[in-house]
Amino acid sequence: MQRQLLLGDEAVGLGAVHAGLSGVYGYPGTPSTEIFEFVERYAKKVGNIHAFWSTNEKVAYEEALGMSWAGKRALVCMKHVGLNVAADAFMNSAITGTNGGLVVAVADDPGMHSSQNEQDSRYYAQFALIPCLEPHDQQECYDMMFDAFELSEALSTPVMIRLVTRIAHSRSAVVTVPEPRAQNDLEPNRDIKKWTLLPSNARVQYQHLTEKQPELLRQAEESRYNTLTLVGKKGVIVCGLAANYFYENVADDHDLSVLTLRHYPLPTAKIRTLVEHVDELLVLEDGYPLVESTIRGLFGLQNVTVKGRMTGELPRTGELNPDLVRSALGLAPLDTAREPQESIAGRPPSLCTGCPHTDTFKALNEALDTFDNPQVFSDIGCYTLAALPPLEAIHSCVAMGASIGMAAGAAHAGYSPAVAAIGDSTFSHGGITPLLSAVQQGVNLNVIVVDNSTVGMTGTQRSMSTGQTLDQIVLGTGIDPAHMRIIEPLPKNHDANVQVIREELSYQGPSVIIARRACLEAIKRHKVS
Amino acid sequence: MQENIILAGVGGQGILSIAYVVDNAALDAGLQFKQAEVHGMSQRGGAVQSHLRYSDQPIHSDLIPLGRADMVLSVEPLEVLRYWHYLAPDGWVVTSVTPYVNIPDYPPIDDLLEELATFANLVLVDAGQVARAAGNMRAQNMVVLGAASNQIELTEDQLLKHVETLFLRKGEKVVEVNRRAFSFGRAVGGFYRGLNDRGVGPLEALALCRRLDPASIDPVHAEAWASFAAAEPNKLREILAGDGAIACDQVTALA
Ligand code: SF4
Repeated sequence: MQRQLLLGDEAVGLGAVHAGLSGVYGYPGTPSTEIFEFVERYAKKVGNIHAFWSTNEKVAYEEALGMSWAGKRALVCMKHVGLNVAADAFMNSAITGTNGGLVVAVADDPGMHSSQNEQDSRYYAQFALIPCLEPHDQQECYDMMFDAFELSEALSTPVMIRLVTRIAHSRSAVVTVPEPRAQNDLEPNRDIKKWTLLPSNARVQYQHLTEKQPELLRQAEESRYNTLTLVGKKGVIVCGLAANYFYENVADDHDLSVLTLRHYPLPTAKIRTLVEHVDELLVLEDGYPLVESTIRGLFGLQNVTVKGRMTGELPRTGELNPDLVRSALGLAPLDTAREPQESIAGRPPSLCTGCPHTDTFKALNEALDTFDNPQVFSDIGCYTLAALPPLEAIHSCVAMGASIGMAAGAAHAGYSPAVAAIGDSTFSHGGITPLLSAVQQGVNLNVIVVDNSTVGMTGTQRSMSTGQTLDQIVLGTGIDPAHMRIIEPLPKNHDANVQVIREELSYQGPSVIIARRACLEAIKRHKVS
Repeated sequence: MQENIILAGVGGQGILSIAYVVDNAALDAGLQFKQAEVHGMSQRGGAVQSHLRYSDQPIHSDLIPLGRADMVLSVEPLEVLRYWHYLAPDGWVVTSVTPYVNIPDYPPIDDLLEELATFANLVLVDAGQVARAAGNMRAQNMVVLGAASNQIELTEDQLLKHVETLFLRKGEKVVEVNRRAFSFGRAVGGFYRGLNDRGVGPLEALALCRRLDPASIDPVHAEAWASFAAAEPNKLREILAGDGAIACDQVTALA
């Protein structure tokens, strides 16, 4: 029996590999990045698995769907907000259905450790009418991959694995199978109507999907991941890793009736049995109160009090933890050595000393100092930290690529100067199309692409549009080449850089300034220059 | 048996390297473990922490509940304050006193040390000084792990084995420096406790550790130093006020 030390993310990756994976797809995003990276390392050693980062989650999803079409098993992984980007392909892949197993592993970030929201991907699975598995520990992250691929191939739908940060980034020992399953053969699915969602075909496919639902439900009812134990008149539903916090707090001989929930759609019969048995029901779930609100419905239950995030027993927002669950269970807090320290100097993250972004934003700040309270729309990456003191140079961060679109909209409204600052990888992910749009419309805006040659924040993965590729893409939008400027953000170039930015700010039309200098971390790790 | 440790520090200080060593040692020992860590944004110079648990029984939560931590093991003194409410009443604080100042409102270090000195189960170690003596300032994490190793239920050999596997790919020299950092840290931690257990106050014990050549420190001399401190408080004060490193075994000559 081999025990391996794995993050939840890595266990998902290894489970997929052992379940016969042929391709892994994704775009880096905390807390999902390590799923892909694990498979990538494995593929480098063993070969025979496609592992190459995609430009964004939508592309990743479509590539995975193509792999599935060809009959092979594909894993596509992303963070929760990445699924918004992939949502078009995702929703429609449920309609087309799949051929080779297709598993989408989505890592949610309750508590927003590294994200701009804490949306709950279980809603997406419900929305798309596909099964969702929610592992509660690292072993299950591994084991569920086998189930997920089996389910996907049996039902011909994608299957979601829903993780949360706390399992994605927690390590434990995982027991692995002695013999990995072989990969599928190349067997494309040539059922053309299934894949061509013209309305006439799509209606048929959607009908198929709805007809599969009783089978999805039956599987969830019978799933070994959904277990019901009836004891006392107080009941608890523990979803996913909430089970860990529950069992951490209760004694072995507790008399609560418990339903563990790790395989969706909701097993209605099991829930009904529990509800009919108890007078009080506490729902523990990390993320949105999906199960709680579904059970309560619009008007509540007649004979059972349902408690959870919507009734104040647990906070409505934020990450679940053992202490919140303890209090929701009505248990007294444990004694501690100290009370929490009230006033303690915060230590927020900051740009690395010598980071190129610091020089870029110092120059930008100075170039903008002739304007009253100027706005810089920005984006997602290390440079988002320029929002914090001492730079305080950027003033928005919404969605990948949103800086350019928002600056354009502000310019449409008459706002000037409309400045956007975006990283090279974020640009390839979601910045190209809004720039093309702005250039073609002749919008008066200034886009600064901070080209550090890598995806810095998530660990220096490869960027798709850096260096010459980036220049070519920018020129390809049709921009006046005289207004694509390249600067090198270094302290010694400060004055010259301020001058360049000022010139472009005074130009009435679309301009792009590329601030090019490699990320220090990337230089350290990959010896790039 | 269950051991719950909160690892604390600043992004870049090598918290995850400490976790790697303890995780693997626990794995070798056939124990169950869970270790939750922080990736992403905070790793850029922000406060980082890792919850590390191991046990001979199954472990449920990846996070340590408030009041169940047996130790806060910190590579940075201010960071202890952020997590001390996780400690069980008899929990341990093992921390470096070398501040990492990357914020404008860092509190005065003496106030900080006085707050830390109120813990009974305490090891204070100047990880910066010890790491330098071991050959690399970056090895402060291994110093603190060494200093804590006397208090945790894994053997020196179990831990050292993975100090080696961790740094192996960086070459023999880096392995050696980190082994030394661990061993020095372990000796300083043992010596510090030896002093403290024999009545030398926490800050005085720290001051004495700092006056000694880290490479020479050996817990066997703690008893002699403690008696010397009790018998000759003025002489000790003189020694502490002087400069130039003293060898730990000089206490025999002093006494
Ligand atoms: S990782 Fe790179 S881009 Fe990010 S702050 Fe550090 S140097 Fe800058």
